[in-house]
Amino acid sequence: MSLDFKFAPDDFGGFFRDETFRDTFTYRNSDPRRFPFPFDRDDYMYSVNMEPHVPGRKGTAFEHMLDVDEHYIAEMIDRAKVLAEDPLRCQSLPHMTLAGWDVLELIMEAKARDYPQWFSLTRDGNRWHWVNRPLGIEQSFTFLDESTLPYPPFEYIMRQTQGDWTLQDERDGTLWMDAGIATSQADWSVDFDVGMNFHEWHAPVPLAHEKGVFDRALKFLLKLQHGAPVRRFNWTMTVNPLLDTAPETYPKWGPMRTTLTQENMGQKMHLRVELQSLYRLPRSNAIAFDIRCYLCSFEQIAEVPKWARRLHRVIRDLPVELATYKGFIRNRDAMVEWLSKYDDGAPTSPGWFPDD
Amino acid sequence: MKVELTPVNAPSMRSRPVYAPLEPRPGKLHVIVADDEGAEAVTDMLAKANNRSEILAGAHVMYCPGPTGTDLSGNLEGLGAAQFFRAPTIPALLPRLVRVLADAHMGTQFYLAGTEGLIGQAEREIMATGFPFASIQKEHRGSTLRRVQCVHCKGITENVATDPFKCSHCGLNLFVRDHYSRRMAAFQGVNIDAEDPGQVPESVVRFK
Repeated sequence: MSLDFKFAPDDFGGFFRDETFRDTFTYRNSDPRRFPFPFDRDDYMYSVNMEPHVPGRKGTAFEHMLDVDEHYIAEMIDRAKVLAEDPLRCQSLPHMTLAGWDVLELIMEAKARDYPQWFSLTRDGNRWHWVNRPLGIEQSFTFLDESTLPYPPFEYIMRQTQGDWTLQDERDGTLWMDAGIATSQADWSVDFDVGMNFHEWHAPVPLAHEKGVFDRALKFLLKLQHGAPVRRFNWTMTVNPLLDTAPETYPKWGPMRTTLTQENMGQKMHLRVELQSLYRLPRSNAIAFDIRCYLCSFEQIAEVPKWARRLHRVIRDLPVELATYKGFIRNRDAMVEWLSKYDDGAPTSPGWFPDD
Repeated sequence: MKVELTPVNAPSMRSRPVYAPLEPRPGKLHVIVADDEGAEAVTDMLAKANNRSEILAGAHVMYCPGPTGTDLSGNLEGLGAAQFFRAPTIPALLPRLVRVLADAHMGTQFYLAGTEGLIGQAEREIMATGFPFASIQKEHRGSTLRRVQCVHCKGITENVATDPFKCSHCGLNLFVRDHYSRRMAAFQGVNIDAEDPGQVPESVVRFK
């Protein structure tokens, strides 16, 4: 694999968008209604908010276990660029190789099952054959034999999978983030956090420790069973559709936060949603954590009246600590001003989905 | 990213190491690593022990002076430990610790005392060998100067006293986040003026 994906926009019926998450920022959603809007009510506070990760409504990000959407190829190109610039974004401590194979299997099986037109997996004992048509990859390899893949198993499959992923080893009654890849993260450093336990890597999050959120979440996750994945949302805001908002490169992207006006707010400000899902892995007993990032510009959110009303109320009423931690305190007033134009005060229906 | 200056003594964040006074424990080998005023934590621990001579007979003591020059090696040298070693600095001490770890068996007790930099780096070497976390005791004494990793260039600046400070590698102005990595044995430093270049708050001495 290299940076030179043979990407032709007309392939695959033009399904995959030819777009960028840097420089020219041509990213957009063909249909904003597909976006996993994270607010099921008009206010927000931290909660464990986990639910079974089961296939959901057709035509949404929940239709399949792993959502391969129109941004797939562009995201994989962006990931390859980030890893070329900074290989420390993907790390796996030596004892996590088996968990890497586990997650490779999980992903290959899911993609071949749910998207047979794009992916296929053929198995003869430990001799496997994998085809990834969108990325032009065909690979014969021996399962559990690292020497038969061009990268270690975790990195190999992560270069073909949207979302940041971490692998948690379980020992001493807690979870240890002993492998991870982050090229679309909301401002946390894999390089710094790898090797930390559950409470340590969540340490910088305000308010939630005091509310016991992490104690409860850990208790819940330690009981996670193989074959019964769970999911939850997280969210923040990003100026420009930047996938890679790493602390490492903060001096490069931080200044973009100072470029907002009422005129460009709709195009530039993006609601950034993490659809997080967690899977117990069968051989290693590790837990795989998928942090899938979706971006939607304010302008496109405003196309869905219920979402625009609700987003205005959530942002307006968010505790100042959270707006600060999520990095948009300096722009909050301007965001609220822009969004207020789309809030007529009408009540909103419960739940995430649009009314129409 | 938030600029938050927390009191040095408050373990405000869950990744911040928690330290407790050293306690004597039974064991065949006692690896004692200290710097700065950590020497006094070691002698306080021994004073509490009812098997003091037993501990000393199985003790390997390694010590180096603190970052501000405090040298209490005399307190430890005369204790009568099976082995005593004085290194001039932490980097000069660590290779010996690594060699000792190569022969250490399960049931070895580890006592780390002194600055957070010494404790963190010694703990990292011990954990790399697979010794359980629970066999390592840590007591912070003396200097609160910090070892900080620049999240941007990855360089580590030793003995950071002020917040914000200038990264000794890339020169960015960093604030010291209270987020600690055991694997790095370092706190995290994050650029403070990325969004408003040049607008750097006045440095205050937070660590001494």
